Amino acid sequence: MNDLARYERRRRIMYGWMLLSPALILLSLFAFIPSAMTFWSSLFSRGTRRNPSEFVGAGNYELLFADPTFSKVVVNNLIYAGVTIPVSIIIALAMALWANSKIPARGFVRTAYFTPTILPMIAAANIWLFFYTPGLGVLDQIGALFGFASVNWLGRPETALWAVIIVTIWKEAGFFMIFYLAALQTIPPDLKEAADIEGTSRWTYTRRVVLPLLMPTTIFVAVNALINSVKLIDHLFILTKGGPSDASKLVLYYIWELAFAFFDRPQAAALTVMVLAVLGVTAAIKFIILDRRTHYQ
Amino acid sequence: MSDALKSGQAPLYVMAPKRSFRPRLTLALDTFGAWALAIVWIAPLLFAVWAAFHSTSDAVNFNLAGAWTLDNFRTAWDGAPWLRYFFNTFLLVSVVLAGQLVITTLAGYAFAQFQFPGRDVLFIIVLLQLFILPEVLIVENYAMVSRLGMFDTVFGIGTPYWASAFGIFLMRQAFKSVPKELDEAARIEGCSWFGVLWRVYVPSAKPTYLAYALVSVSTHWNNFLWPLIVTNSETTRPLTVGLSLFGAPESGVNISVISAATIMSIAPLLIAFLLFQRQFVQAFLRAGIK
Repeated sequence: MNDLARYERRRRIMYGWMLLSPALILLSLFAFIPSAMTFWSSLFSRGTRRNPSEFVGAGNYELLFADPTFSKVVVNNLIYAGVTIPVSIIIALAMALWANSKIPARGFVRTAYFTPTILPMIAAANIWLFFYTPGLGVLDQIGALFGFASVNWLGRPETALWAVIIVTIWKEAGFFMIFYLAALQTIPPDLKEAADIEGTSRWTYTRRVVLPLLMPTTIFVAVNALINSVKLIDHLFILTKGGPSDASKLVLYYIWELAFAFFDRPQAAALTVMVLAVLGVTAAIKFIILDRRTHYQ
Repeated sequence: MSDALKSGQAPLYVMAPKRSFRPRLTLALDTFGAWALAIVWIAPLLFAVWAAFHSTSDAVNFNLAGAWTLDNFRTAWDGAPWLRYFFNTFLLVSVVLAGQLVITTLAGYAFAQFQFPGRDVLFIIVLLQLFILPEVLIVENYAMVSRLGMFDTVFGIGTPYWASAFGIFLMRQAFKSVPKELDEAARIEGCSWFGVLWRVYVPSAKPTYLAYALVSVSTHWNNFLWPLIVTNSETTRPLTVGLSLFGAPESGVNISVISAATIMSIAPLLIAFLLFQRQFVQAFLRAGIK
């Protein structure tokens, strides 16, 4: 009997590992080994025919810090994150509050908010190109009606990054809305009734009752928006290619450019390591601090 | 007034006139705000659709009376191998989804129902991948895919997404909610572990599978950066990459034709979304809120 139990236990251990092995092999091949390799190759110089690659320690990182494009790209990405995250959240919240209120044609309103979410970034960029083109673009035409001069929105360093930011917000706000909408629908109606009987103003009710109850959703949305601010760069390929003079270049685009346009893999690796470090810190904050009350079991 | 206050009904009486007017005003303001934002939000897409059906000169001059035409679609269609791109994208999302379903089911089952040493540590390691974005690892993943001889193949684009930590997590949650009694009953009936998985767990997780499938298909239909890097021929390039090449300024096509090409390539997903909107939204919700 004891033997049988031990046999059964060993069998379950074996099955457990067997079931997990395909996932573990793939995760190793395309996530863990590449992460380790990225770190490793960031420590070596770029090999050329005459100078073979050699160990340089933090050399690539020093080069990056001395590279003016690097600081430009980091600042751009901080602005990109700093604007898209809060603005998307606020718009998403407004959308959800409206899409949840008893207005006419609510179905149309919800669809209108959500539809940009399911478009590819490339398609969104093509659509917005139409708005930004100088002279012929929709924005310029509207501007012309009010007597403004033509503006090359994508071609001027002062406006290019903002043009990119607007497309990102347009794309992601409707997605975040659905999470707020779902959360709003779980708020018990008695709370609203109680607030009405007390004569609480709508603003106070929203600020003191609704927003605190939506806090977990806000955290979830904020983490997603943060991840988006690293990975949503597809539209750069259509709209600006990071230009003019790096004014709209973001970190991931620069990684792509270093690796696949300038063929400087060690620099790209060093920059990737830094992005992974930032994401790692985000993950740690999310799991350790924000999810303290969440139980996975 | 002070008499009325004592009567107990006073608060209702005092508030009555306020109540009849304020809600109507708020509703009007809400409606105005919600509609204005909705129109602003959908306008770019509607405008692109409208422009796709008009000549460039009508489109850039806002000539609302301009004649409707299919010329842009004809020009766009002849300008690139779209049928091939559609097929490539279709094949890509199928390969990605099929692989994901098998791998995340097996791993989710192991994490949910098997006790073995090291399981919880492994689970945390898998969750780490949620933050090691595949997009960020493009350089080394490119090297890995080339090393495995999968450069410029549909598997080269697809396999890195198979072991999705997010999918494993979803499946584990779904399988955990299956009552243990059902599992034991099936085992007593003589089902093997695979039989139990196939007959008990998989059917009970149907809504999760549907949600995951919708999220996966729409993600990979739209994915761009990674396919751009690992493809270099017409025979593997998906729609998004084809569209970006077609719209590149160097190729010199005009804005109405670009709109037509854009509308064409988003049409399948857009129509599916408009038809099954509720399911799509539910899917994203189910996938997001764990």
